[in-house]
This record gives sequence, C-alpha cells and structure tokens, in this order.
Amino acid sequence: MFEVFVFATLNGLVTGLLLFMLASGLTLIFSMMGVLNFAHASFYMLGAYFAYTLSAYLGFWGGLLFAPLIVGCIGAAVERYGLRRVHQSGHVAELVFTFGLAFLIEEAVQFFWGRDTKNYQSPELFDFALFTLFGQEFSAYRGFMIAIACLIFGALYFVLTRSRVGIIIQASISHPQTVANLGHNVPLIFMCVFGVGTALAGVAGVIAGPVLTTFPGMATVLGSIVFVVVVIGGLGSLPGALIASLLVGLLQSYAIAADVGMPELLHLLGLSFDSSHPLNDLWTLNLPQIAPVLPYLLLVLVLIFKPTGLMGNREQ
Amino acid sequence: MTLILGLRRPQSKHHQSTHHQSKHHQSKHHQSKPHLNSAQSAAGQSLTRRASLSIGALVCAFSFSAATAQEPVRLGFMDPLSGTFASVGTSGLNVLEFAADYFYNSKGGILGGRMIEIVPLDNKQSPTETQLQFRRAVSEELRIIFQGNSSAVANTLNQTISKHNRRNAGQEVLQINYAAVDPILTNEECSFWHFRFDAHAVMKLDVLTDFIAMNDELSSVYIIGQDYSFGQVVADNTIRLLGEKRPDIEIVGNEFHPIGQVKDFTPYVTKIASSGADAVVTGNFGADMVSLARSIIDSGLDVPIYTFYAAYDGITATLGADGKDRIRLIHTDRANPLASDERRDFYKAFKTKHPNSDITQSRLANALMMVVQAMEQSQSTDPYDIAVQLEDMRFTSIAGDELWMRGEDHQLFQPLYISKQTDEGIEFDADNSGFGLLTEYEVGTSETITEHSCRMRRPRR
Amino acid sequence: MKKQLPVWLGFALALVFLPSIFDSVLGISILNQMTIWIIFALSYNMLLGQGGMLSFGHAVYFGLGGFMSVHALNLIADEVLVFSITLIPLVGGAVGLVAAIFIGSFSTRKSGTVFAMISLGIGELIVASSLIFADFFGGEAGVTGDRTYGPPFFGIEFLQDAEVYYLGAFWLFVATLFMYLFTQTPAGRMANAVRDNPERAEFIGYSTRRVRFISFCAAGLFAGIAGGLFAINYEFITEENLNALTSGRVLLMAYIGGLGFFIGPIVGAVILTLMNSLLSNYSEMWMLYLGIMFLLTVIFLPRGFAGFIMMHQIAWQNRRLGTLILPYFVTAVPALVFLAAFVGLVELSHKGDDILPFFGLSLGAESMLSWGILLALAGIGALGVKLSRPRLAAAWALANTPTADDRGDVR
Repeated sequence: MFEVFVFATLNGLVTGLLLFMLASGLTLIFSMMGVLNFAHASFYMLGAYFAYTLSAYLGFWGGLLFAPLIVGCIGAAVERYGLRRVHQSGHVAELVFTFGLAFLIEEAVQFFWGRDTKNYQSPELFDFALFTLFGQEFSAYRGFMIAIACLIFGALYFVLTRSRVGIIIQASISHPQTVANLGHNVPLIFMCVFGVGTALAGVAGVIAGPVLTTFPGMATVLGSIVFVVVVIGGLGSLPGALIASLLVGLLQSYAIAADVGMPELLHLLGLSFDSSHPLNDLWTLNLPQIAPVLPYLLLVLVLIFKPTGLMGNREQ
Repeated sequence: MTLILGLRRPQSKHHQSTHHQSKHHQSKHHQSKPHLNSAQSAAGQSLTRRASLSIGALVCAFSFSAATAQEPVRLGFMDPLSGTFASVGTSGLNVLEFAADYFYNSKGGILGGRMIEIVPLDNKQSPTETQLQFRRAVSEELRIIFQGNSSAVANTLNQTISKHNRRNAGQEVLQINYAAVDPILTNEECSFWHFRFDAHAVMKLDVLTDFIAMNDELSSVYIIGQDYSFGQVVADNTIRLLGEKRPDIEIVGNEFHPIGQVKDFTPYVTKIASSGADAVVTGNFGADMVSLARSIIDSGLDVPIYTFYAAYDGITATLGADGKDRIRLIHTDRANPLASDERRDFYKAFKTKHPNSDITQSRLANALMMVVQAMEQSQSTDPYDIAVQLEDMRFTSIAGDELWMRGEDHQLFQPLYISKQTDEGIEFDADNSGFGLLTEYEVGTSETITEHSCRMRRPRR
Repeated sequence: MKKQLPVWLGFALALVFLPSIFDSVLGISILNQMTIWIIFALSYNMLLGQGGMLSFGHAVYFGLGGFMSVHALNLIADEVLVFSITLIPLVGGAVGLVAAIFIGSFSTRKSGTVFAMISLGIGELIVASSLIFADFFGGEAGVTGDRTYGPPFFGIEFLQDAEVYYLGAFWLFVATLFMYLFTQTPAGRMANAVRDNPERAEFIGYSTRRVRFISFCAAGLFAGIAGGLFAINYEFITEENLNALTSGRVLLMAYIGGLGFFIGPIVGAVILTLMNSLLSNYSEMWMLYLGIMFLLTVIFLPRGFAGFIMMHQIAWQNRRLGTLILPYFVTAVPALVFLAAFVGLVELSHKGDDILPFFGLSLGAESMLSWGILLALAGIGALGVKLSRPRLAAAWALANTPTADDRGDVR
C-alpha cells in the first residue's frame, strides 16, 4: 500500500507540474487580457510537433530550444493580427476566435504532419532509471520534467515580482490606462505576454511529447483541464496556478491508485443492493472510474463556494 | 503525373477509386437501368437537384461524354475520413479502392464489363453522422455499404438499416461489416442485412487465451481496457476463458479507464507493477494503446502485452524497438511470412501505389471478393440476391485461407493468427519502420467456430 | 407583432414548401437537421445573445431531453404510455426545464466567467456520468427507439422522414414564435438590461440572479424540445449529443449567425448544417476550411452573417443599395478566384498520385505547372481584391451618407 502511495505521489507531481507549465502561461494571458484562450493546449501540441520535426535535424536539445521559440512567435503573431482585431468586439468574440483557432491548429497539424502517431522519442541521455523503489523504476526523464517545471516556476516568479519588466506587467494587468499614460506600450506588452505564455505551452509540449505520445488529439485531452486549473487557482495568481495544478494532478493520481468506491462505502454503512437494482451502476462505482472528472467536480464546488478561486482576489 | 491541359477528363467527384470508369457515372441520369424501379429513378432525379444544393461544386468539374459502356457498380465505404480517427478509415479506403482496381477494374470489371466504383462516406466515427451519411447513401442509390470502425457505429448502422429496409421495401441496403467486433451483431442483434467478415471479440479472445494458456511461465495476468462495451467484453471473457483453461493463472487486476481521456498512463502502470502481473491483456486502440504501451515500457516493466490493435498507423513505428518481442496481436490477416505469392504480389503492388501506407486490413479484400462472387453467381447487384448468395458461401482467399460465411448468423469463419512485433524475419514491415508482425501461432477455420444465439428474421420475397 | 405578421406568414409558407423543393432523401434529412438545430441555436441565444450568459454546457439540456424522449418512445412501444409521438418534444422540453431549474438554482448566481466555468464543469460531469450510468444512457452506443409504434396521428405513422419533417416544422414554428414572444415580455426585456448593465438593474430593484434564472430555465426548456425532436428524427441518442462538442457547435452557430439579432442563430444553424452535411462529401480537408471560415467570420464579421445583412440597413434607407452591387461584384470575382485557387492548392497537396479536376483542368501534384497555375491564380485573385477594395470602401461610404446632401456628394 505504501509503495502505491509513494508512486501515486510521484506520478501526481509529474502530471501536476506539466499542467502548471500550461497553466502558468494561460493564467498570465487570462488575467491580463481577460481572454479565455481555448487554443492554449493547441500551442502545447504545436510545441511537440515542431520539436519532433526539429529533433530529426538538431537533436532533442535543438528542439527544446527552438520549438518553443517558433511557437512563441506564432502566438505573438496570433495576438497581433488576430486577437487584437477581435478584442474590439468583446470577450465572447475573443473566445470564439480562440475556439476556432484551436480547431484550425488541430486541422493544420493533421494537414502538415498527418494523422498518425508520431515517433517522437526522449533523448538517450535520459534512458536510465533515476532510482528504483520497491522494484519499480522512476525514469530519469520524469525527473527532468520535474526539474524543468520547477525552473520555470522559479524564473517566472522572480521575473514577475522582482524585475522591472514584471512590475510593468503586473501594473498593466490592474491599471492598463495608467501604465499607458506613463509612456509604456501596453499593446506591445500584451503581445509579448501572449508570446511568452504560448512559448511556455510550447516548452510543455516539447518535454511532454515523448512521454504522453505525439498525436493530433493531444491538445483535446488537455484542453479544458488547463482552464479548470487556472480557475480553481484563481485568475492571475501564479502560486494559485501551481497549487491548483498539483492539487488536480495528485487528486487524479490518488483516485486512480485507490481501489475503493461505492461497494466499500456501502459495506461500511451496512447497506447492500442486489445487481438488479436500477441504480446498480451507482452502487458499483469506484474511484478510478471517476478519476478524470474529479477536477470538474472540484471546479464546480470551488466556484459555488469561493467564486474567486483558491488564491484569487477578484472575479472576472 | 503530368498536367493534361485542355483535356476535359470526365470526373464527378475528386474522390474516385478509378478515373477511367467515372465517365459512366454521368450516364446514370440519362439511361435507365432495366431493373430500376420507379422509386429509384425518382431518387436519381433528385440527385441532380441535390447537386444544385452543393457548395462543393467548387471542386467538381462535370463534363459529359458518350455513354458507351455500362454503368459502374457503386459500393459505399463508410468510415471516419476526417477528424481524430481518420487514419484508420483512410487506410481502409486505400485498401478497398486498391483491391477493386487490382482484382477487377484492371481486368475488365465484373458482371460482364461493369467497373467497381467505391464511394467514400465520411461518418467521422459518430453515430449521428452515420445516420446522416446513410441517408446520403440512400439518396445516391448506394445499396451496399462497407463499414468497420467502432462497434457503436456498426450497431447504429445495423439498426438504421433494419428500420430502413422494413419501411422501404425494394430499396434495401446491405451492411458489409469488416471490422466491428461486438459479438451482439451476430448474436442478439443479428440481422439478415448484416454480414461480418471479421472474427468477433469472443472468437478472438478464445484463441488469445489459448495462446496465453500455453505459456507455462505465466502465473498472473492484469487486464486493463477502455471503459466501454468492447473493453468490458474483453475483460469479462478473458476472465471466463482463462478461468476455464488455466485456473492457476491469477487475475491480479481488472481496470477500466475512460476512453480517450487519460493524459498519462503512468498511474495505471504503477498499479500493474505493484500487482506483480506477469502479462497485460488490453483491448485498447489508437492513442490509448500507444500511451499505455509507452508507459509500461518507460517504467521498466518487462511483461508481454497481449493486444488487438497495436500495429500500423504509426503505432508500430512509435513503439519500435521497445515493443520488440513484447507486443503480441490477435488478428485475422496472416502477417510475415506471407502465405502465397498471390498475396505477396498484391502487397507489393499496393506498396508501389501507396508507399506510405500498409495493407492494414486484408479482410477488406476478402469481403470485396466474396461480395463480387455473390454478384456474379446471382448476376445481380440487388442486396437481397447478394445476401442469399453470401449465406453459407465457402471461399478461398488469396492467402490460401478457407473462409466460411455461416448462414445462420452471417458470421465469417477464418483462420486466426497471433503475431509479435519484431524486426527479424520481416518481409513487409509496418509504417516503413523496419518493424513488423511475425506470425507465431495460428488456428484453422474449423477450430474457430463458436455457438451463436442469433434468431434471424428473414424478409419474405 | 401586427407589423411582423407577413414575416411569420412567409416563415410558415417557407416551412410548408421547402420539402417540395429539396425532396430527395438527403434534402429532407438536411431539412430535418435544420429544424432541430434552429430551435437549439435560438434557445442558446436566449442565454448568450439576450441574457449575456456564456455557456459551455448547453448541450446538457438538449441531450437530457433527447435521452428521456427516446425512453418515452420505448415506453410508448411497450404500451406503458399511450400518447401520440407528436407530443414527444414536450417530454424533452419538460426534462430540459427540470434540469435547468436544478442546475440554474446555483449556476446563475454569477454571470461572466464564473457562470461559463460552472457550465463547463457541469457539462463534463454529466458526460462522464452518462458513460458510467449505462442503464439510462446506454454507454457509448446510446439508446435506440422506434417512432412508428405509437398510435397513428390522423393516420400518419411517421414511417418516412418527410412526415417527420412536418412534425419538426410545426414544432419549429411554435418554438420560434414563443421564443420571439419571450423577448417581448418584461422578463425578456429585463434579461437584456441585466446583460448590459447588471448594477443599474440591481439598483432599480430587480434581482439579476432571478432574471438570469428565468432566461436560463426558458433556454433549457427549448433546448429540451430540440432534443425531443432529435429523438423522433434519429430514433436514437448517444453521449455525443450532450458533450462539449455539441455545446461548442451551438455556440458557433449562434455566433456565426449573429448574436445581436433574433434571426441570427437561424442563419447560423442553416449555414453550419449545410456545411457539415455537404462539404464533408467533397473533401477530407473540410474541417480545415470550416476552421478558416470561423476565424475569418470572427475577424471580419464580428456581428455574424445577420449583422452583415443588417449593415446594409442605412444604405437601404438611403435608397442607395443599388450602387453597391457593382463594387461588390468587382471585389467578389477576384475573391472567388483566390478562394478557388486556395482550395485547389490545399487539395492538390493532399492528392498524391490522383488527379485533381479543377474547372476542366486536370492537375497533378507532381507537375510544377499545376502548382504554378494555382499559385498564379491565387496571386491574381489576391491582387484583384487588393486593387478593388478602395473602390468598394468608397462606394460603401457614399451609400451610407444621408440622402439630404445627395448632389453635393457626387463629384
């Protein structure tokens, strides 16, 4: 039981930190422009595909360096030529725009790379077990994923709270007019933040691609869960995003690991139903079955009881 | 291919199996076929009206030519051709179109000179879209529909066709199921208008568990699958059959995960590892299959994985050397070494035309050849006549396999094979990866015959 | 209402005569889809367009209504219930209403992002439970019914799709009429007020939550009616009819059509249904085109197609709509050339060995000349659009200037 718990924690940590890499960019974009960027996970997918192509020529590290750059440039271009125009038509228009963009990116990926699963591999450098616990290996690559995520959190937190750029960005979030009056180019800041946010998603794609398989549906799988994380954490809060990511990652991982469910609960309560009961499906439900929807349950509960999210201090 | 400027090539749709016979397509509106009844020709007229409705006219260039030859035999192919599952549908379409050209159209056609035309119907692997495409097929007088992917879609189509055929006598449609393996299609839900050319899940599991039972080193098995009907059929029957054949093998896990929603399979693999299982059995397909196998490999778990759908369409290439000697597949197509030169020539010709595609489902060729034989025997393209001929048909495939279509439930019996992924002794690899399937175990047609619970209602004629 | 009587009469006449124009099996099936989607899109517009509530889970009410309706069909077939299947949409509507009352009781407390995210979460929860509770939802295969077992309705047994169409058209007319009338009620008016300025609405004594709740319930009711029609038309329903994809589709329909106009969702539903059912027959790349069209619409027609039509109202009042025809034509021709060339390029790159028929030409992917022709056409088209745009803009400005200083303007 203890080994399952240890590994569930490690798995949850990896998933949670991966989610955080996506959520960190999204929460910046979200809090700054109020844009629910539905295409954020699509940039993550683009990161994986660009890295797959680049790694054939430049190796994994070349892919890790350049793929996020390309993705960031695409993101900045999308903001400059798409979102900025749509911005005048309101939030719903922006949302529908990113919705369509997500759709388009998925189709474009299939157009250029085909519909097959891509053979994108992690570098041989990491082809060893970091440690072996209870006879199970924890691969070095997963350790690398954790390290990168921690690095990103540290760097982002430092830039946003300690550097001049960060202070301007934070100011543009709350008081865009004042910042503009002080002579800063707010649209440029928006574009850069969007570019950096999508580039972070690209980084996540590059390092997740080999582990979670690179295929055209990879954006859809992550798509809405990233929103859930950002909203649970509280809009615009980086620590909130981190906590919510880990919460969601661990919650799912523990739920899968735990082999308990309604039968155990009913047994505890001293109740029993025979299998012909109309609600038999409910009485035989177990936790691993509902693991993927637990984040949504958490989302609804958080929003009902604390509409600002865990660490947020404002609505909208 | 060079550009032929000015030559007005007759084309009706961009997606045509063959180009030289499509000139006959137009003639349909002008010549009436002798055995067409009035309802059909009415539908034919409205086809022209439908064309006026189409936005897609942009990619169509209609032109008329003298209707000298007979009109083609048109067969519908309904599978996902766009969207997430499109790779499977598209590779099936390639095989069927190629088989029609290779076996018939290049040799003068069937029924005394009529060409076969395959009409793609994109159902996006959605039951709702399946209904819409079915209505399109009826509009276009497609009376024979090949369909395979997703049992949910096959069930929907089966019921839609049953209702349609009951309500529209004389306009019946025939379902040629080449891949949907839900047992109920030839048992509780069997229909006179449905023929299955794949072995159903329980037949396959019977062979697979035989094979597992032969391995004396196994003492425990973990079953994991997608949480839907096929996954449940696999789990239930693996437990039942292994319990009969090897009661000493312990089932140490029976796990269901939501279909297509799992980001990372590592938590599941952790459970597999801590259960101490010696082997994994799964019915997963697509990305769920790749991710699961990858996670098992990455966590250093060295156990064989017994599967249904773990090859081709990028899967073999992605698993590559990691999957060597570890992935085992139950399937109906004999993999390397191929059984006959005829089969080898067919494969080579296909690879010449589609270098980046594989013959993933040679069942499609079997199904087509049996349908054509039924047409030739009855000298008719009417679904009822074809169905009557198909019942209890015995056929020798190009691989030399003896096939039998049981008349009572419309289930085809054919040899079943178990192959492993390897790069040794592979003549035809998958995904051009160097890796392919090597057949290890085979079961003859007569040994695959199982009981059925079909009570078929036959239409009166 | 009196002034609009001709419009409603025309609508009714169109509904009656459309199936005689598109009378093929496919035509009727597309019309049937349209009746369903129009009701659904209009109900969605009650939320977003009129009430300012962005929902990502509206398909829940459509789907739940549909599921209950299929079960009702089965109960009719088993003779447990005895009523005509023409009333099935009411079953769906009732279920949609009940679900909306329950979910709306807590989700309408806030609007904006909170509402949107709750609707997303609820949607995912319902989809997940639909796969878990296989007895009611039938798992991934869904549940099936048969519409022909009920007592005949004046001799009609609904064997054919055409008969179903008239049933759908009747419900479409009734639902549209009621949804229109709802916009004219005080509740409908207050929904607009709460959408535009919730603070002010609160100040003059209205509970914004209550106003939102009423709109939400009405939207659930009509979505359920659409779900009931779906059940009759297709005789089955699956999990995909209540998932996020369906919710997203209805959002796109309402948006593409034009949120600010009552007729907008109708236009959107018609356009998207046509594209979905016809375009896919001609190209595997149809989703790519659809995605591009969405983006272009959002960027260039922020008020949707209905908004685009309404933009011409001033020119119409100025009696100068005619002056726009020629400039439109001059711009549209090169635009269409560009479009055709673009589609040609996309298709050609996916052809492989096959030949692409292109307006009497046969193009091959390996011929440089083929690529050259298409690229040249695309260039010519783009250039033509660029050159003709200033004239269009000038004509537009002219058509929109008031008629009073008519002569002074023409130089």
